[in-house]
Amino acid sequence: MGKLDSSIREIRELENLARETSFVHRLDPRVKLIATFAFIAAVVSFDRYEIAALVPYLFFPIFVAGAGGLPLSAVVKRLLVLSPFVVLVGIFNPLYDRTVLLRIGGLAITGGWVSFAAILVRYVLTVSAALLLIASTGFYTLCGGIERLGVPKVFVVQLLLLYRYIFVLTDEASRMARARAQRSFRRGPMEIRVFVPFAGALLLRTVERAQRIYQAMLARGFDGTMKAGAFGGVAPRAGSSGDEAGDYGAARANLGRSIRFSDALFLGVWVSLFALFRFVNLPAMLGDLLLRAAG
Amino acid sequence: MSATVIEVRGLSYAYPDGTRALDDVSFCVGRGESLAIVGANGAGKSTLLLHLNGSLLSERGEVIVNGTAVHKRTLREVRRAVGVVFQDPDDQLFMPVVRDDIAFGPVNMGLAPDEVERRVRGALERVGALHLIGRPPYRLSAGEKRAVAIASVLSMEPDILVMDEPTSSLDPRGRRSLLGLLGSFGHTKIVAAHDLDFVLDLCERTIVLHRGRILADGRTADIFQNDALLEESRLERPLRMQGCPLHGKKKGRRMRR
Repeated sequence: MGKLDSSIREIRELENLARETSFVHRLDPRVKLIATFAFIAAVVSFDRYEIAALVPYLFFPIFVAGAGGLPLSAVVKRLLVLSPFVVLVGIFNPLYDRTVLLRIGGLAITGGWVSFAAILVRYVLTVSAALLLIASTGFYTLCGGIERLGVPKVFVVQLLLLYRYIFVLTDEASRMARARAQRSFRRGPMEIRVFVPFAGALLLRTVERAQRIYQAMLARGFDGTMKAGAFGGVAPRAGSSGDEAGDYGAARANLGRSIRFSDALFLGVWVSLFALFRFVNLPAMLGDLLLRAAG
Repeated sequence: MSATVIEVRGLSYAYPDGTRALDDVSFCVGRGESLAIVGANGAGKSTLLLHLNGSLLSERGEVIVNGTAVHKRTLREVRRAVGVVFQDPDDQLFMPVVRDDIAFGPVNMGLAPDEVERRVRGALERVGALHLIGRPPYRLSAGEKRAVAIASVLSMEPDILVMDEPTSSLDPRGRRSLLGLLGSFGHTKIVAAHDLDFVLDLCERTIVLHRGRILADGRTADIFQNDALLEESRLERPLRMQGCPLHGKKKGRRMRR
């Protein structure tokens, strides 16, 4: 539970990076969203044995991190945190798939190992792109972008409420877990016998909190719909430091603007590059070229 | 006393599980009055407060706000007049940014954007928290959260402020500044509290609830000197009225050893 707590907190730290004001940060969130989704779609659409063709896609996260002044270490750290899960997903491939694809000297490389490696590469690509999206945009601004892309407000509000209360709930869960750990003298994880009522109690608390929140909303005239102007943000006023408006506030106020030339350029260039990488195997071409030059 | 703004008549309420929370409660509150509702845990304080803005609707008896009986149909009107500050600011501040939280009420009231912004700034200025306007609520301290929660209600410009345990989880300094803040408001105030010293400073009148019934209703100073009454309702004199064990002669309750 302590781990869950700290990994949720990490998201918050990632959010700190969203306060920068680089070129990437100032792009319209919609543009970044679409580009990231196009990127992910392109990466996952490859055949499961394909690795070489994926390599050019590395340019995108490297570009975003570089131009956005985002430390790659922040991304790598989080990639490592999640990596055990991914390894678990792919680790059985070498056992199932024993077709030999390639021999290097005496070493036979089976399809299973190749697809396992492809899973890892894809994981690194897609998750780092998603992390960089959050780190260069911030969750709230991102939600604003999602909304402007035409996703129904109900879903966006759900996302926002989730993000608002996930910290409150994990706090509650970790307090309960601490109280349990203090009185249980065995080491190791929670037994299932304890976990079931624990989860039940947490659920009940959550439901109660939801009711209280709803009551507070009703008390301020909520009638089931989020009205226009409810998410306004705060425009930084002339002469004031960005501090008064706050970073999220300012970012939200910035949401109302229309697509600029730089936005269009960013989107156009990257989506065409993704398409190029998708249909033209650049590393293979490069290899051919080198071989021909040598031969 | 000036005009009555809230009248509670014969109010009774039992929770769905059968727990009797309020039993024939009646009182009136005049304009500009500061009323404290005190009582032991489970005395019915919160349940009573929830009736004042129609969060709970009366089973028997009625609540009348500014001459309007609280009904399903009159909820909009009542909630405009009665602003409730809930006990846990985390329940009250549900929007992503402080500004949005303060604007929530005014936006729901259908005010024009300019007016909404004016009220947001006005309310935050009033509680001395304008610098927090663009912050997400989860990054605020407990004292800041409390101030913002109060501003989120002030922005609707209610006549009546209802507060449940406003000093809970505040440090001494935060408690002191809250006291100064609330003292400066001209609103009619109804405050449920365990912090009787706070009540002594803020409210001239106190109602003592015990097991859902009103045990006493009178001047705060009188009630806190009535040891028999306090004993019966499982309360104690405010610390300030207990006599200082180090410097002063002991008055009031004997200290148990």
